[in-house]
Amino acid sequence: MTVTGQRPARGKQDAANRPALSHRLAERGIDKLLLLLVPALLFALVLFVYPFVYGLGLSFQPKTGGLFGAYVKFFTDPSVRGMDSIWVTLQLALPAALLNVLVSVPLAYKMRGKFRGKRALTTVLVIPITLGTVLTAEGLLNFFGQRGWLNRFLGVLGFEPLQLVQNYWGVLWSLIISGFPFAFLLILSYLSGIDPSLEAAARTLGADWKQRFRRITLPLLAPGLAITFCLTFVLAFSVFPSAILVGDPSGSTRVIAYVAYNAWGQQFDYPLASAAAIIMGVVELIVIILVLIWRSRMYKGSTGGKG
Amino acid sequence: MSVALKPKTAATPRAAKRPLASSPGTFLIWGSMAVFLLLLLGVVSSVVVNSFAKEWFDTWLPSGYTPAWYADAWKEYDLSQVIGTTLTVSVAVVGISVLIGAPASYVLARRSFPGKSLLMLVFLLPIMMPPITYGIPLATLLTYYHLAPGLTGVILANLVPSIPFVILTMTPFIEQINPSIESAARMCGANMLRLFTRILAPLLVPGILAAAVLVLVRTVGMFELTFLTSDSTSDTLVVALFTAMTGAGIRAQQSVDAMAVVYMLMMMVLLVVALRFVNPTQLVSQVREETD
Repeated sequence: MTVTGQRPARGKQDAANRPALSHRLAERGIDKLLLLLVPALLFALVLFVYPFVYGLGLSFQPKTGGLFGAYVKFFTDPSVRGMDSIWVTLQLALPAALLNVLVSVPLAYKMRGKFRGKRALTTVLVIPITLGTVLTAEGLLNFFGQRGWLNRFLGVLGFEPLQLVQNYWGVLWSLIISGFPFAFLLILSYLSGIDPSLEAAARTLGADWKQRFRRITLPLLAPGLAITFCLTFVLAFSVFPSAILVGDPSGSTRVIAYVAYNAWGQQFDYPLASAAAIIMGVVELIVIILVLIWRSRMYKGSTGGKG
Repeated sequence: MSVALKPKTAATPRAAKRPLASSPGTFLIWGSMAVFLLLLLGVVSSVVVNSFAKEWFDTWLPSGYTPAWYADAWKEYDLSQVIGTTLTVSVAVVGISVLIGAPASYVLARRSFPGKSLLMLVFLLPIMMPPITYGIPLATLLTYYHLAPGLTGVILANLVPSIPFVILTMTPFIEQINPSIESAARMCGANMLRLFTRILAPLLVPGILAAAVLVLVRTVGMFELTFLTSDSTSDTLVVALFTAMTGAGIRAQQSVDAMAVVYMLMMMVLLVVALRFVNPTQLVSQVREETD
């Protein structure tokens, strides 16, 4: 090592005078500590990246139809009805996610801050997480069914019984029940992360609640809204068991996950199943990217909380 | 607004006017929440009532009540084995994912290095993707290597979203620990192992518990990945419920309902435990509760 105290200029001095490789790497943040990442990275590569690449490869090797045969089959084969299933899934997932987020915002707005019974109320709102798809499905069939309590009650009032399960509405209901607790918890935590003194300052300056919400809370909440929407959308987009149990899987609720599972578990057509899975992932990522683009155009500053 | 709920400030004219001005909106919000909760109560209690019903046809309430369906479900669906499998799978998944995820989250919380954002993307994708999307290729591959269907396959598949979940949950907890404590320990001559066991692990107990309980809740409730990788001997409770409800043959609706109630009670216990360790509002951002 030289004792000059200055960094040796590269190339001018011989290699012995330069700091050891480990030192130079450490300057950029690479040292032995990073070895702690290896197990997690290994798991991600072996159990997530490799299967995904394998599935991608498999989707290009159908028995018939050449390289893109499985994709062509997905979109054109009348027995697969892939395009329909994409629309059906989006028509279920987008309204469910949007509704869950939009309802959560005013409720969380009322419920931030401290008041008596807050913990109890939060627990009640979170209970649907514990129900599980099957209990929700059974309950919806019992309660909303032809002879269920709701239609019985409507009958007493003199209304015709409504067809609320075994179709689109049944699945939408189950998505709302299972997605709302997540959306509410996330929005509540994002809202509690916004410093209340900002709103207090705006109120001092004479802003009414509409102005305060539009100019202060909403821009600060936008990143949280986007992330919550994405997460609830992912939950709703992967709808699978409830589409079978409370829906009509051969018709109006033939979701894309059902198509993919059908090809995999019933017809053992692995290329088609992989193609359906890849298409499902791509459609979902497109929606998420659109939402994140909206979020990045909305507001660029610090949120006070973590966004 | 919380201001309106405080008796002290409610006396000032400004705060006293507020409830009047915002009352239609407030009314609408609490009203729609009451309707939602009422429908939810109807959905849940119709299952609970049916699980105790002797016979229930075209009437408001069943003709009689019996607890026999629970014993029936326990025998018919071999619930002791199913619950045993559920516990084995979830304990294994929680243990492995904490062991692997905790060190990784430490590095991600403390260091920045080239390629970090790419690595974060690899860890984020399994959470952001629908389980079916990566579950189908994964299950195909596990079957090819004779790891699925079976217990090994179920555990491996469930690890895929769990390890990233541990990493994401624990990173904020680690960021809260003051790095100067670690520097002090290093100055006193502690090596990496001692640093982890003596300094970090005790400080991280809340974070580890939070991550473990949340992964436990997720794993017990995870349907898709287990469904794709299990056979009849390695079904967890969710999958057993699903197959009981869709399976062929004449089965009493009530015993399926009884099993669903058992599942709900199990999840409720887990969730109550989870809420003791994790304040849900502090999951995303660290908020001091006392500030208002």
